[in-house]
Amino acid sequence: MLRAVGAERVEDLFRDIPQSVRLLRDLNLPPAPSDAELLRELRAMSQDNGDADRYLCFLGAGAYDHFIPSVVWHLAGRAEFYTAYTPYQAEMMQGELQATYEYQSMLCALTGMDVANASMYDGASATAEATVMARDLTRRDEILVSTAVHPEYRQVIRTYTRHLGMRVVDLPYRDGLTPLDAVSDALSAQTAALVVQHPNFFGALEQVQDLARLAHAVGALLIVSVADPVAYGLLKPPGVLGADIVAGEGQPLGNPLNFGGPYLGMLATRQAFVRRMPGRLVGRTVDTQGRRGFVLTLQTREQHIRRERATSNICTNEALNALAAAIYMAALGKQGMRQVAEACVRKAHYARRRIGGIRGFEVAFPVPTFHEFVVRCPLPPEEINRRLLAKEILGGLPLGRFYPELGDGWLVCVTESRTREDIDRLVAALEELV
Amino acid sequence: MAQDDFPLLVERGAPGRVGSSVPTSDVPEVPLEEILPPAQLRADGPPLPEVSEPDLVRHYTQLSRRNYAVDVGFYPLGSCTMKYNPKVNEDAARLPGFARLHPYVPDALAQGALRLLSELEAMLTEICGMDAVTFQPAAGAHGELTALLMIRAYFADRGESRTRVIVPDSAHGTNPASASMCGYEVVQVKSDARGNIDVESLRQAADERVAALMLTNPNTLGLFEEHITEVEEIIHGCGAQMYLDGANFNAVLGISRPGDQGFDVMHMNLHKTFSTPHGGGGPGAGPVAVKAHLAPYVPVPVVVRDGDRFRLDYDRPRSIGKVRSFYGNFGVLVRAYTYIRTFGPLLRQIAEAAVLNANYLLSLLRHAFDLPYDRSCMHEFVLAGTRQKREFGVTTRDIAKRLMDYGYHAPTIYFPLIVDEAMMIEPTETESRETIEAFARALLAIAEECRRDPEVVRSAPHTTVVSRLDEVRAARRPDLHWPLASPEAASS
Repeated sequence: MLRAVGAERVEDLFRDIPQSVRLLRDLNLPPAPSDAELLRELRAMSQDNGDADRYLCFLGAGAYDHFIPSVVWHLAGRAEFYTAYTPYQAEMMQGELQATYEYQSMLCALTGMDVANASMYDGASATAEATVMARDLTRRDEILVSTAVHPEYRQVIRTYTRHLGMRVVDLPYRDGLTPLDAVSDALSAQTAALVVQHPNFFGALEQVQDLARLAHAVGALLIVSVADPVAYGLLKPPGVLGADIVAGEGQPLGNPLNFGGPYLGMLATRQAFVRRMPGRLVGRTVDTQGRRGFVLTLQTREQHIRRERATSNICTNEALNALAAAIYMAALGKQGMRQVAEACVRKAHYARRRIGGIRGFEVAFPVPTFHEFVVRCPLPPEEINRRLLAKEILGGLPLGRFYPELGDGWLVCVTESRTREDIDRLVAALEELV
Repeated sequence: MAQDDFPLLVERGAPGRVGSSVPTSDVPEVPLEEILPPAQLRADGPPLPEVSEPDLVRHYTQLSRRNYAVDVGFYPLGSCTMKYNPKVNEDAARLPGFARLHPYVPDALAQGALRLLSELEAMLTEICGMDAVTFQPAAGAHGELTALLMIRAYFADRGESRTRVIVPDSAHGTNPASASMCGYEVVQVKSDARGNIDVESLRQAADERVAALMLTNPNTLGLFEEHITEVEEIIHGCGAQMYLDGANFNAVLGISRPGDQGFDVMHMNLHKTFSTPHGGGGPGAGPVAVKAHLAPYVPVPVVVRDGDRFRLDYDRPRSIGKVRSFYGNFGVLVRAYTYIRTFGPLLRQIAEAAVLNANYLLSLLRHAFDLPYDRSCMHEFVLAGTRQKREFGVTTRDIAKRLMDYGYHAPTIYFPLIVDEAMMIEPTETESRETIEAFARALLAIAEECRRDPEVVRSAPHTTVVSRLDEVRAARRPDLHWPLASPEAASS
């Protein structure tokens, strides 16, 4: 091969690299172990973690321990999907393209929106991109964000918008909800969008329809962010409640916790806004013989065509995670999605009632909640969590790190994966603490 | 659905079917209306398909067979580095201690994960010649955005308001798009006759208004920037930052480090260089490596080592904040960690083999197509189908489609934009000599077909599950989902 390319040594092929920028030593990296040794080391490292198999998990707050049906990753893990690139050559990538079209369709069905893209990075960045999209659509610069939106999503909105001349205004929560009067006071002719989360970070159901009405009255858009779309198996979806953009986290649809990623961002909107949407879209078309087929479409929105005038810089997305989400939605289907959501809600309410009944513990907000709720604790929540660990229970999220005024607040999550016995075990452990 | 259409999932199944076991509630039964306001509830489940598990499995298995992937065959997609993805990486990422770990566990329960991140950071700083790494960006373009926001914050701290970013005309579209998302004005600089960034044009564009040069090196022509040291002097000379788009990092692993080339900041595409599966378009991971002067600006949190313990540090007053929830695409990072450990100091051999394979393939094809920049290439090269178009009326798109009939994925086509009828070919280091030669024979046979029977190329593909698809119709009459129930029905 060297002779064919006119080189004597491999080094000759690097002749264009100036000597002054060459690395003239070996990389200082640990010597390579065998696969067997490496896996043993990695297994040991992984066992230094307290995962949701070893600990009974009552943590949610943006990452949810739902059961993942076995079919999901047996199918998403097929090498033909798993080791493919972006489907640029449509004729040989019909599998990926159709699966994405189906994902878009099912996401529309779940959220009640007209059109969904092929995925964004995660819930936080999808929500941030939605605010930029709203600015472009309304030509206004102000974004009102409820403080009952996931604090990390709010941080990412700020990072994405700070330098674009956009103004982000926090709206205080009251009793665990975004108060309509405060929203009404804050909305103005400068407001591009109101961002709320539904169910919100505290697990509470927002009054989406009223919020939409208020936003629309001043010509602003309503962005509904969502951390767990499983809720829409049971709840009326934002699309029928007046949302203009739904942005959120798709991890709960069949994707493992993975210490925070890879997850997938969901983005759905109204038909009229599709040409301002960031990210890839798959559309249906026909081949030269009239047969149904699928292609990447409306690409003039995207960076590889439009460059600095694109709707976003996003290129690589989370296609495989979106595929898993599609298979999850398809596996559960119409009935199953509702039953999962209903099981979550019933179990979470059982836990809410039991924990609220323990002396010293109090449910913080007397409002309807989905599968998370805030409890005020008689001890610092961090201390409670420390003691629960001894019983192999992973407690809720101490809220003080995000909400100083909720220093005694503990955000507890109960998915369908927890049993009554699990919940009773948590309750018994808490009773012992006080 | 026409007779020979492959069915949509929604065209399968029947009402009442479910494709997985469904949980039931085991807590004392309370009427749902007592828990949630009835006005907030759907009357029925969401309008999703209703298929049995076997039907579901067959649907997706059959779909997978209508797809192409690097586990199926050669994938010479330039700039995408479609190397083989070792399976040991998958076993590592699927260990329950990683895959089932909640991101908000206390640090004490994440010691293994944090150690892995800390060690990966140390390895990548060595490989890049940089000082610190953030793992938060989920993809390359996300890394570009993150890096430019850090550059912006750095200049703001110094009281400098720089408004421009320079990109060469051969750059990926993400570069100008990222600069624009950061509020920068994009200044494009042309390439010279040898495919390098044109030094004189760069010199004229470089002034105190410039925040950064975004450069891909080797560039998208597969060529190393011969004047890199001069470029570095010009950019640093005007006080701007050197940004490396690491899409093509595979070519120089262990050979030349971006930090030593004078770059201040770079992103890597772990899904390219470090062999994590592309998943049909993601997930990727786009970590950003920086020199020390930019380290205070990386997103929060960062992993800090205290003796033999690790913790997440959020107390970073100069940080740009967060660009994503949690800590990035951790599962992808585990795979990349495993990959790097598998090679250790031998990473250099990856670059050597990738560059040798590319030059060998170029040697087999150069006489049959135009070669706009005739230099020794790095990990990829760019041919032009201009001769075929001019003489036989066959476009590069036609050639790409015809390759499918020979069982190959096409190269990247019509990119970089500065080459007419471009075909950007990257064989990667994981392909054997036999595979490379077989692919060359296919492309040469197509070049011959262009001469003898151009129509067979123009009307390709002939053997795929669908023939050429109407992209114009797709864009004019967007059909982006299957027929949905009306919104009222969706809520009822």
